[in-house]
Amino acid sequence: MTTALRRYPVLVALCLAALFMIVPFLIVAVNAVKSPAEYSQNGPLSLPDGLYLDGLKDFWERVDYSQKLINSVLISGSVAVLAVVLSVLNAYAIGIGRIRGRTWVLAFFVLANMLPQEALVYPVYYLSKQAGLYDTRLSVIIVFTVIQAAFGTYLLSSVLGQFPREIIEAARIDGATKWQVLWRIVVPVSRPTLGVLLVFFFIWTWNEFLLPLVMLISNDNQTVSVALGVLQGQRLMDATMTNAAALLGVLPALVFFLVFQRTLTRGIAVGAVK
Amino acid sequence: MTVAVERGGRVTGKQDRAVHPRRPRNSYALFLLPGALAFLAVVVVPFLMNTGVSFTDWQGVGSPGWSGLANYRELMDDAEFWESFRHSLFMVVAMAAVPTAIGLVLAAALFDYVGKHFGSRTAAVLRACFYLPQVLPIAVAGIVWSWILAPENGSLNEVLKAIGLGSWQQDWLGDPDLALYSVMGVMVWVQLGFPLVVFMAGLQRVDPQLYEAAELDGAGWWRRFAHITLPQIRPEIYVVLTWCTIAALKVFGAVYVLTKGGPGGATNVPSYFSFTTFFEKTQVGYGAAISTVLTVIILALSLVGLKLQTRAEDAEEGVRA
Repeated sequence: MTTALRRYPVLVALCLAALFMIVPFLIVAVNAVKSPAEYSQNGPLSLPDGLYLDGLKDFWERVDYSQKLINSVLISGSVAVLAVVLSVLNAYAIGIGRIRGRTWVLAFFVLANMLPQEALVYPVYYLSKQAGLYDTRLSVIIVFTVIQAAFGTYLLSSVLGQFPREIIEAARIDGATKWQVLWRIVVPVSRPTLGVLLVFFFIWTWNEFLLPLVMLISNDNQTVSVALGVLQGQRLMDATMTNAAALLGVLPALVFFLVFQRTLTRGIAVGAVK
Repeated sequence: MTVAVERGGRVTGKQDRAVHPRRPRNSYALFLLPGALAFLAVVVVPFLMNTGVSFTDWQGVGSPGWSGLANYRELMDDAEFWESFRHSLFMVVAMAAVPTAIGLVLAAALFDYVGKHFGSRTAAVLRACFYLPQVLPIAVAGIVWSWILAPENGSLNEVLKAIGLGSWQQDWLGDPDLALYSVMGVMVWVQLGFPLVVFMAGLQRVDPQLYEAAELDGAGWWRRFAHITLPQIRPEIYVVLTWCTIAALKVFGAVYVLTKGGPGGATNVPSYFSFTTFFEKTQVGYGAAISTVLTVIILALSLVGLKLQTRAEDAEEGVRA
């Protein structure tokens, strides 16, 4: 009994701390469905009188949010797939092919992964202008495919380094080419890891800010993050608009979180320590 | 992590050679070709260009004029530059030191306490709450918080008023003496989930018998935390500290959305400083010098972090063997 009594304060404290973490989301959700009049009269802490969705609808139309969502999905989706493919090819050579000097090659990818984007942003901006790719979604896809693949190569190389070699040797003796071994054996067997990478690349790219901010200036090409960040940076939004912006920005992240929760919390641990 | 690769290879390497005595190993290098070309174009060339430009007075148009170390000499005397790096140290506290410390206690409490007494389900739900801000785009987190911290009608000030602390109301992001601390608070909120999740995963490989034995010997929760939890997940602690420190040095989006480096440079950080120098002042050479210094610091820290991590992992292997 005494232990039970002593236990609960800890649980209560933890629950309060957890509540503190999600309170900002709750406040945003509550206020996004208030009318401007209600907001200015009752402030941000009161519960909404009814469901007022015009604020959200206005904001959606004003920033052409559908287009922003399409851009974000297109960019993040392409990057996730392409970066996984690139990572697999690199890691196949390093982890299974054990090419000469692989330690150095791997060290290069690790360093590339650590490099701050600030050290790349101006030349990337300049070169993409020269190549006629400035302000295109393609340019952002190319850049992030490479940046995410640096991490993917680093992670996958150590995973594939422990791939059971008997399987590969057996397939090779049966006459399979290296290409066939890669696509018919290595990729299917490593599918769980590749799935984790795919999810991570998607969400990381979705959340990216600096490079997309520099590279995507026209409204039609901007991602959700950039569009909302720029609006906020210009200080042009009133309280209700800010709220709508916050809720619309939070919702996709919430969806990813609920869908991929397990992958995320497990994957991040794999990624950090492998 | 390279250690793991070597370790895996040693066992099977011999059979490998026995089957194919003279297999040309380099034929696998072909698979590296697309990756190598892509990295050359997107990382290597831009990085070398940036480093090169940092020795010039280039303004973004025309041909750059060589200026040697002039930019770097100017940086040394630039108060704004030093100030931005001083703010970086504050960010390291907010994004690495504090989240790691809180994350350790939370992870141990959730794993060793909540998980055992209330089931792993409860622990998982609580963990999810703490992790949630990590999935949010930083720009969106910035919008949420700048609205909460707003001086007029902001939720924080309203809460203070409601509980009778109206005199504590502040212009959290607009007061030069407060803005940096407000940004730090937001960053703790953003960052906390990462250490927590990594530490909780790390704790799963700790032998439960260690805890049981300590408990039988009468060790309290804090002693078990200090003598079992901390030493057992040392590799994870190094990883988290390295990653978070690097993330803190790179912080950009939060500053852009919350304060734009203001008020009056009170929250300026190196990456935001280089961004404005590049794209607003178009002093490309000078901006390149700032980002090169930042790069050197980050790469040096990464190497130290990797070394500590490898050593901790080796030490751990030694204990197990």
